[in-house]
Amino acid sequence: MTSHQPLDFEKNVSRALNDTQLIKNIKSAMATLVSKRKTIFADETETEQLRILGSALKKKALSNLPQLLEQLEEKCTQNGIQVHWAETTAEANQQVLDIMKSHGATRLVKGKSMVSEEMELNAFLQKHGIEALETDLGEFIIQLNHETPAHIIVPAIHKNKVQISKIFHDNIPDEPYTEDVAELTAIARKTLRQKFYQADVGLSGVNFAVAETGTLCLVENEGNGRLCTTVPGVHIALMGLEKVVEKLEDVPPLLRLLIGSATGQLITTYVNMITSARREGEKDGPKEVHLIILDNGRSKIYADPRRRQTLQCIRCGTCLSHCPVYNRIGGHAYGYIYPGPIGKILNPQIEGLRAAGVLASASSLCNACEEVCPVKIQIPDLIRRIRNESYSKDPTCTIEGHGYKRNPVEVLTWKAWQIINTHPLLNAAGLKILSVLGMKLPKIGPLKDWTRYRTTPELANKSLHELVKQHGVDHE
Amino acid sequence: MSEGSRHRIFSRLHAATRQSPESVLQPPAMPIKTYSQKEKIERLKTLMEAMRTEVHLSSAKNWANTVKDILKKREVKSLLYAPRTAVGETLAHHWGNDAGDLPHLIPYEIEIEQLKEKVFTVEAGITSTEGAIAETGALILWPTEKEPRLMSIVPPLHIAVLQADKIHNSLSEVIQKENWPTKMPTNVVLVSGPSKTADIEMTLAFGVHGPKELIVLILED
Repeated sequence: MTSHQPLDFEKNVSRALNDTQLIKNIKSAMATLVSKRKTIFADETETEQLRILGSALKKKALSNLPQLLEQLEEKCTQNGIQVHWAETTAEANQQVLDIMKSHGATRLVKGKSMVSEEMELNAFLQKHGIEALETDLGEFIIQLNHETPAHIIVPAIHKNKVQISKIFHDNIPDEPYTEDVAELTAIARKTLRQKFYQADVGLSGVNFAVAETGTLCLVENEGNGRLCTTVPGVHIALMGLEKVVEKLEDVPPLLRLLIGSATGQLITTYVNMITSARREGEKDGPKEVHLIILDNGRSKIYADPRRRQTLQCIRCGTCLSHCPVYNRIGGHAYGYIYPGPIGKILNPQIEGLRAAGVLASASSLCNACEEVCPVKIQIPDLIRRIRNESYSKDPTCTIEGHGYKRNPVEVLTWKAWQIINTHPLLNAAGLKILSVLGMKLPKIGPLKDWTRYRTTPELANKSLHELVKQHGVDHE
Repeated sequence: MSEGSRHRIFSRLHAATRQSPESVLQPPAMPIKTYSQKEKIERLKTLMEAMRTEVHLSSAKNWANTVKDILKKREVKSLLYAPRTAVGETLAHHWGNDAGDLPHLIPYEIEIEQLKEKVFTVEAGITSTEGAIAETGALILWPTEKEPRLMSIVPPLHIAVLQADKIHNSLSEVIQKENWPTKMPTNVVLVSGPSKTADIEMTLAFGVHGPKELIVLILED
């Protein structure tokens, strides 16, 4: 689903819960990711030190964000990388299109980029007659099936190999039907090799952009990223403005955290560091490199000192894998391309509460996400904050759509609650009434909503207060 | 327009930093684990083999013969090489006149635009390395004018030659010791094995886009 359609979260969740195949696929893959991560971070003390360091490095980079972005721009420009700034996804899309047009280019090969998903770049380019082809195997599979990623790291994980075999067979002509993973992989290789050869422009994301040197770091296992950034004559890199880090020496601990959290590896097959376009005398590599730096609401998140930590995220996806809610509904139900815990705090801040605030309700606040986050983002805390702001009319609230859930019944209820609880006599009377009539209250309005998924609490005849008065407290 | 956007983005960011000046204490860097020379080789070999890399211990005198054996055994027909590197020179010298059942050597000396078809059809590529990293098990590729970038990613078989004394403890160490920030080339790549994916049901499959096989020759002298 795209962000243009209004999100019907409840419907999405019901649909996902009834899709037993989907849940089976997701659960088994998440269990693998969780256990692989555990193996790679077996040393708890070292892991904790590393997380403290990673968190501080990202915090520090954020505290200097404008300066670092200026430095990055300056360094990149010196190195021959052309830097573009986009406030919105529409603007970033247009910039990609303009670069392609300036070369008369019609074929784009893409490495994995969540920012490009955020931009809905493929659909945009297709409208303008440009073939934008995903080359990461998972992304390629879901593109064939006209879907969006179900997970930040393993985009096609909601499909099993039989489903994927069918997708390949239906979409790739002249290849025999197979359910063998090695054979499916070989078919993808053969199909995409041709595309790399022909492509005019290659596109990639950025995992870390180093201000000190103007270096773009990309991690991957498949090699499609290296092909996208080396074979075509033009390379376009997309990054959110939060991806900048200060120094090259900051990269190793962040790489270790990102890779260990994302896939449970010590290092990916490739760590690709790009510092310039093809220099004089060099025989290959793109002659032009463009870096598009996207804001799309990030600078607004940045403005709030507490919500700012959302921008520490390095998109490892481990909060998804560990989330009991994600494990039961998968990625698509969230309706935005960033699902799971990080999505619950990121989407409402980017899209506004009216559009995406409901996502913050999909949490049991179990804290698993915070416990595993490699850069220590306090996700549950921010979920609570977003929930509160959904009801708050406080004018200092900067989040768009704050107070959208506020309604007179609820306001009145809390007002009454406040009065009753600050007046002992009223409180005693209220309790008496509740103990007699509580179970007989009709289940309508808010009470109906509340009891829809919850057992109605049984109200005792006597309050705890009364019981203590009568029997005292047993200190045994 | 990009210029207007740039201005507005920076105005918002600057306004926010002025509002909430935040000082962040930087914790100390992680201690660099150190290994003896023997441990470095052993660790690199073990970690890379676990990622399905073929590692051979060899010497400056013998490595070219090892390469010959490897290529003959696999019946490789063509090999992309960089003639003006030390590795390329030694290789050409060893090929000499006895090219009988050895793969045809394809020099990468001209721009890709003139060599694209050959690079995309060649069966193997051989490159040198700038060193390696023991801690995580990875080679450091440092492409140059003489040794282009595509040699190590397009051919289905990549052979890399590594001097054992250039194995560093960790990435942090080599960045500091070799002062990388002052001399970053167009592209540096760390490589820990052949291309792989687990995108289908988390099942590992090799050779999805880059080399299907990676062979490393460690020269111990």
